[in-house]
Amino acid sequence: MNDDAEIVSEFLVESHENLDQLDRDLVELEQHPGSRELLSSVFRTIHTIKGTSGFLAFNRLEELTHAGENLLSRLRDGELELTEALTGVLLEMVDAVRALLALIEQSGSDAGHGVDIDPVVARLRTALEDPGEPPLVEERAPASVSKPTADGFETASPVPHEASSTNGADASARLLDLPLEPSRLTPERRGTSVRVDIDLLDSLVQQVGELVLTRNQILQKSDGVEDVELLRAAQRLDLVASELQESVMKTRMQPIGQVWAKMPRIVRDLAHQLGREVDLQMDGHETELDRSLLEALKGPLTHLVRNAMDHGIERPDERVAQGKPAKGVLSLRAFHESGQVVIEISDDGAGIDPARIGDVAVQRGLVSRDQLSRMDAREVIALIFQPGFSTASEVTNVSGRGVGMDVVRTNIERIGGTVDMSSQSGRGTTCRVRIPLTLAIIPALVVEEGGDRYAIPQANLVELVRLEGEELRRSVEVLAGAPVLRLRGHLLPLVSLAEVLGEDRADTEALTVVVVASDDLRFGLCVAQVHDTQEIVVKPIGRQLKGMATYAGATIMGDGRVSLILDVGGIAQTAAVESVVQQAVDTRRASGDETALLVLEVSGGRRAALPLHEVARLEEFSDDIVERTGSVEVVQYRDGILPLVRLAEAIGLPAPERTEDASLSVVVHEDDGRMVGIVIDRVLDVVETELALSEVGRRQGVLGSAVVQDRVTDLVDLDAVVRLAGAAV
Amino acid sequence: MTNATTADVRLTQLCTFWLDGLFFGVDVAQVQEVLRYQEMTTVPRAPRAVRGLINLRGQIVTAVDLRCRLGLPDRSPEQWPMNVIVRGRGEVQSLLVDDIGDVIDTTDYPLEPAPANLPESVREALLGVMSLPDAILLVLDSDRAVDCATTPESVGGTP
Repeated sequence: MNDDAEIVSEFLVESHENLDQLDRDLVELEQHPGSRELLSSVFRTIHTIKGTSGFLAFNRLEELTHAGENLLSRLRDGELELTEALTGVLLEMVDAVRALLALIEQSGSDAGHGVDIDPVVARLRTALEDPGEPPLVEERAPASVSKPTADGFETASPVPHEASSTNGADASARLLDLPLEPSRLTPERRGTSVRVDIDLLDSLVQQVGELVLTRNQILQKSDGVEDVELLRAAQRLDLVASELQESVMKTRMQPIGQVWAKMPRIVRDLAHQLGREVDLQMDGHETELDRSLLEALKGPLTHLVRNAMDHGIERPDERVAQGKPAKGVLSLRAFHESGQVVIEISDDGAGIDPARIGDVAVQRGLVSRDQLSRMDAREVIALIFQPGFSTASEVTNVSGRGVGMDVVRTNIERIGGTVDMSSQSGRGTTCRVRIPLTLAIIPALVVEEGGDRYAIPQANLVELVRLEGEELRRSVEVLAGAPVLRLRGHLLPLVSLAEVLGEDRADTEALTVVVVASDDLRFGLCVAQVHDTQEIVVKPIGRQLKGMATYAGATIMGDGRVSLILDVGGIAQTAAVESVVQQAVDTRRASGDETALLVLEVSGGRRAALPLHEVARLEEFSDDIVERTGSVEVVQYRDGILPLVRLAEAIGLPAPERTEDASLSVVVHEDDGRMVGIVIDRVLDVVETELALSEVGRRQGVLGSAVVQDRVTDLVDLDAVVRLAGAAV
Repeated sequence: MTNATTADVRLTQLCTFWLDGLFFGVDVAQVQEVLRYQEMTTVPRAPRAVRGLINLRGQIVTAVDLRCRLGLPDRSPEQWPMNVIVRGRGEVQSLLVDDIGDVIDTTDYPLEPAPANLPESVREALLGVMSLPDAILLVLDSDRAVDCATTPESVGGTP
């Protein structure tokens, strides 16, 4: 390898990086056409490439970039306005430059027949001379460089300009060039980076995992030891191991931003092609995942993005007709959740109509009508992932989505991921891709149950709550057999870890609740004991246990014992927490000896209670519809007359001060078709409690008193109150 | 590594062990090592034959109790099982057995089909049997032996 070759190689690496930046700049420039800064940056890049290519005698590259530079300099000086058509020409130029660079990488020279730059140069010049009439980009574009946009879409790997950029094995990815496509570049030409075998990296990661575990063991052993030397050494080991672990993980992990970076260009090209207006929002650039996973994700993600634009986001006129902004929003989000990487692709487009999907599925014989009728909307939408759903083009027209979705799913499942879709017809579609991180080292909370320790990934952790004695009784209730915790005004379903693990729940005087969340679901996991948080290495478990939703994997603790990692989402499923949430909202029925009471406030702060089953409805009446007949207050209610009883007076309490807000809270009690309205101050709560009625406080209208929620509460004698109303009528 | 799942494979060396008085063998090429009893972590709600997880030098290994897997009566509590660590289908697993025998050369003995009157729970995990001069050797298909999804929940009809 001589000096020249080295210079060429450096030039190539540098230019590839610059071109990626250029793509982003140009697309962004289209959004902010006035930006001097962006224009200058674009100009500088092209200028650099031009200068170096002249120096290295790449004449065609020089000619191309020279034409581009001329156009850019006029734009930069404000002599020309950047239009969409001009951006198109410039992007074409970028593609042509890429193609030439790929050619140089292969053959060492830019003279060859594979790449035809003349049409692009011609268009650049036309644009320069006659900016008023922009060149016809759309029609002529595919004729030039290696067809960057027109084809490659209907295939399973729809990566638009991949055709031109992968040849040279993407310079930015030079470190971990996967052996997918043997690059024609010799290692020496890669400059400062080294190619490393993936297997070697894998074993490095594994060994570092071991080192971390050993460090944990040593730290545990050295805790409380007097030997200062040993302590110092242990501390150093801790530090070095942590740093080493971080760096080694970094060698394999790469931010998803690498994939995101290609998206603006893809979206722009597609938007042009499909006649859509799209605002691309991207989040979570820094979310890292394994390089090989990243590589495997590119295809499926691009496909999903294309699908969202083609079938999700409507044409601007359609959108306006539906009262949506003309510009659709396509949002890409990546984040870590429960030791997984989640990627969400959502649009605010037409959504998927389950009925139509169902029809097509039946037509194509994927399911029978009967099967279909038993599926819920989510399951129906999942039909688009069926292989038979995608092949024919007519299906695309009918159903809205589904070109090659089975391919997307297959590719994602191949790397151990899952994909699912949810959609609201007319509102949009969200596609969720989840990829597990089998090699990850994650922070986790260690808890104990039944003498064994379990790890809960920190990502699922919300807070820890400990309840004792009185507080425990007050804040935990059992609704239809399901325990719930009142936590700051919200009801939190409780799941006993012991029960999840198939053991008996021990009755204790104290309760330790680990509040966890998975997706939108929150629940409290009751555990026997909480230890500390620590870094754990997630290790796969054998195939006999893979089917168990409760566990996400296993790890090795500081003392060398194996502990299972809990899968919070899986536990929620197993324990059917979802239904508990529903019940908590709707039903508050008494079970066993407990009575459900409606606790009321009367007479300015005094408490009274009615059995809940005696209450027909709660109503709010405006003061001015109250009429009088004789001495009784009545309101017209449901085509009849509802007599009102002021509860305070009926149970011998002073009448509350009439407030000016002029409305009455009324509990409607129904008995043998007769209704009575009981006027109260307000409803406080519904509680389930074992009634221990005391004679104290017994008087007319009151059966006695009981302690409800730590307060003395009058239990209303409804019969007497009703008689009062009846006697009055 | 020899692929022991095909019947025509040449089994020349077998690692042997005892299980409830029965003499078993498994292809030596699949055996990574043999260990005395190891501490393990139980997996609640796992299939019954999965006795727990072992930390084998940083690798987590599922221990399958062969007695339970094959429908044989449980080992007495004071008898500590041995671990035969086997590799297969990309995973490392441990077979819990009563006692370890020698590695024996079986080049001269043909692999015969398992007698039809062997209990089904044992027979389905075998490649076949070898009639040695002083014993009948049950040749285990270790890949199938570690599969627990198919194991019946009850111990079966064995006394």
